[in-house]
Amino acid sequence: MSPPPATATAATAGSNREQSIRRTPTIGRSTPELRERLQRIWETKPGLYGWLATVDHKEIGIRYIVTAFVMLVIGGIEALIMRVQLASPEQTLLSPQQYNMLFSTHGVTMIFLYASPILSGFSNYLWPLLFGSRDMAFPRLNALSYWIYLAAGIFMYAGVFLGAGPNDGWFNYVPYAQFRYDPGLNIDFYSLGMVFLGVSTSVGAANFIVTLLRMRAPGMSINRLPIIIWGTATASFANLLIVPAVSLAFFLLWLDRQFHTQFFQVPGGGQPLLWQHLFWMFGHPWVYAIVLPAMGMVSDGLPVFCRRPLVGYAPVALATVATMLLGFGVWVHHMFATGLPGLSLAFFSAASILIAVPSAVSVFSWIATIWLGRPVITAAFLFFASTIILFVIGGVSGFMTASVPADWELTDTYFIVAHLHYVLLGINVFPVMGATHFWFPKFTGRIMDERLGRWSFWMTFIGFNVAFLPMHLTGLWGMPRRVYTYPVEMGLGPINMVSTVGSFLLAIGFLLFFINVLRSRTRGVAAGDNPWDAYTLEWSTSSPPPPYNFAVIPTVASRHMLWEEQLGESNERSNLEEGFILDHGKEALATSALDAEPQRILHMPGDTIIPFVLAAGMLVLFSGLLLRNWPITAIGAVICAADLVAWFWPRMSLLERGPAHG
Amino acid sequence: MVELATATPTPLPVGPVRDHGIGRGGMFALIASEAALFGYLLFSYYYTGASAPTPWVLEAHPALKLALPNTLILLLSSVAIWFAERATRREERAKAVIGCGIAFVLGTIFVVIQMFEWKAKTYGVAKSSYASLYYITTGLHVAHVVVGLAVLAMLFVWTWLGYFTPTRRIVFTNGSYYWHFVDAVWLAVFTTYYITPYLGFGT
Repeated sequence: MSPPPATATAATAGSNREQSIRRTPTIGRSTPELRERLQRIWETKPGLYGWLATVDHKEIGIRYIVTAFVMLVIGGIEALIMRVQLASPEQTLLSPQQYNMLFSTHGVTMIFLYASPILSGFSNYLWPLLFGSRDMAFPRLNALSYWIYLAAGIFMYAGVFLGAGPNDGWFNYVPYAQFRYDPGLNIDFYSLGMVFLGVSTSVGAANFIVTLLRMRAPGMSINRLPIIIWGTATASFANLLIVPAVSLAFFLLWLDRQFHTQFFQVPGGGQPLLWQHLFWMFGHPWVYAIVLPAMGMVSDGLPVFCRRPLVGYAPVALATVATMLLGFGVWVHHMFATGLPGLSLAFFSAASILIAVPSAVSVFSWIATIWLGRPVITAAFLFFASTIILFVIGGVSGFMTASVPADWELTDTYFIVAHLHYVLLGINVFPVMGATHFWFPKFTGRIMDERLGRWSFWMTFIGFNVAFLPMHLTGLWGMPRRVYTYPVEMGLGPINMVSTVGSFLLAIGFLLFFINVLRSRTRGVAAGDNPWDAYTLEWSTSSPPPPYNFAVIPTVASRHMLWEEQLGESNERSNLEEGFILDHGKEALATSALDAEPQRILHMPGDTIIPFVLAAGMLVLFSGLLLRNWPITAIGAVICAADLVAWFWPRMSLLERGPAHG
Repeated sequence: MVELATATPTPLPVGPVRDHGIGRGGMFALIASEAALFGYLLFSYYYTGASAPTPWVLEAHPALKLALPNTLILLLSSVAIWFAERATRREERAKAVIGCGIAFVLGTIFVVIQMFEWKAKTYGVAKSSYASLYYITTGLHVAHVVVGLAVLAMLFVWTWLGYFTPTRRIVFTNGSYYWHFVDAVWLAVFTTYYITPYLGFGT
């Protein structure tokens, strides 16, 4: 396997090519000179160019988080407008068409433009820090995935602002979504926007996978990974395999609409259910992809405030993977009412019920962690702990609808709306708000205001339950989802009013949260490196971290690197003071997949505008396709092609080229 | 006694060496994702075909006159890029350039023949779900071949410029993986569209 040993350092490069490709890293401690040198190598130049060209995972992570929160606010305002319309029967604030667009856009915004990107943001920021690494495996790809996300979001919202937002629900069933029934550009904006956004998700997933397998500090073997890593890694493996299904479905739909293909058209022998299969083969694993990393936030954050390690690390890690594996076999539970054969319904029902098992593993592990710990009640703790309650409520209603006869009764009613909001807010939004409180000091160097934090927690928690708990009943009483109003005689006025009041309380809670974020950014209490006395590697570097994250590469000896003294689990200690000094350029360390043995010194790419240009070129390309304007499409394609050639041009600085021939 | 764990300094490769490097994982991820895309395309074919009234395929016996030789041409191009890759490993630049060129020419011939194949069809893309699936699946494959040809062209130029050495050649190796993938996935497409009707699927 490994070539003959050579001990020459880079200093002697040139004379012997075989020697110059190997180097023994020096071991040392962090010194001011070293830090200054690394700062010069790693920092992004100020100014517009630097802003567009940066490949720093922390900067990209923050951009992801900010953009996703903006989408959360937009999607939330859409929800409030709907709640006003539904507050009492037979209102005319919105026309049926406006309502269709609003609920569809709300779903698309929350699911695709908030829930997934927010987790990508946290993971992008945190992964290299949790790993004791200097960056993600592919920094330029990282920048690309953000720029495409932004461009695809702008693309889709351009449709909304032109009055052509999605209007057939976020799962966009045919035949409604066919040209004959929905002839505007609405679905074309949505379809092409989803294909576009899919590129971002896919390249991001590839980046997380390779980072997981290669970019960990020495000693961080697979049994020492924080749970958020398990969550995001599992989600990324899934995303890589499922996103093509939805991209394909939307691409085929666009062809059906614009080029008269017959994929989903019954007259041409097409199969409308193919849409549902492709959509949910993607869609169901996807809903796990947008909660597993957030469950990881709870699993990593809760122990810090309970002052003890997570109870049942290995079962929780395995449950994360098991949820996803089962998640590949449950998509048909969205299609119980479509007339599929009984045997297949039974199979998918059983698989859906089985998912309760790994979910319960996480829930019981969190309860046991609180039970056996000495909880310190902070705003972050409250958000994390409330996840347990909300997840149990959402999980039980999910368990109910996994049963076919119950689903036939409940499907397309407000019961489902209640269920999906309990799971998505319960195990995405609440953990994310907890995570924001928890990691804000690392992001900014300041702590979020605790009092305001508690106010925002109780407002969101009470508001959320007032809004959504009654919806179970609204559904059982027969109110279908996705209708713009309901007749007085149904008697659904009061309960809908309760939900509307709750939704506004919830909105006030979010408002307080965002006020807290903005205020604490400049006025919060200074945090120091490790304000919560937490145990993972990100807390061992400064807040905010320097561009290079770690001056010397730490060596990891346990799962709780900063708690080793207190826990006294073994005699071995992680070494955070002394380690590899990699400073011959923008260098990082690659390690082996399972045991994280040092394997390679990497030369990382510097800041470059290439990813930004590629995303811009793709925006031109997709705009051309939308307008069916082939010259514009061709211009976009040429920009992309030229950009990719520049991207892949073998570079001396990245050691992709051999020394010039004599 | 407390012991500090410290990574042992051993000589480590700097940057990508031979076919090992961080970029390889990226290429494998790309291939996995693309393979999934074709998997869903073929699922669409079998699912639509199995649930449609027969005869669903428009040709019970698709002509193999062009498709079979074309398949061989594409496979030969894979051999050519393998030959070029091997030459790069051995620092035989002329052979590597020739191998890239042959792979490029064979790939181009494949695309041209595929155009003739489409032209010879008596139906258009809007004729039926079968026709749509046929044109879009083979069309997406050709799109991948065209991207692959661009990759081959760049490998040709970079090899010509003498960028690659036996140790520093990860870009070449990754590019050749992509081309092999494009060829391999054609076998699945070919089997689905040209062979299964003979076995009775959709007829």
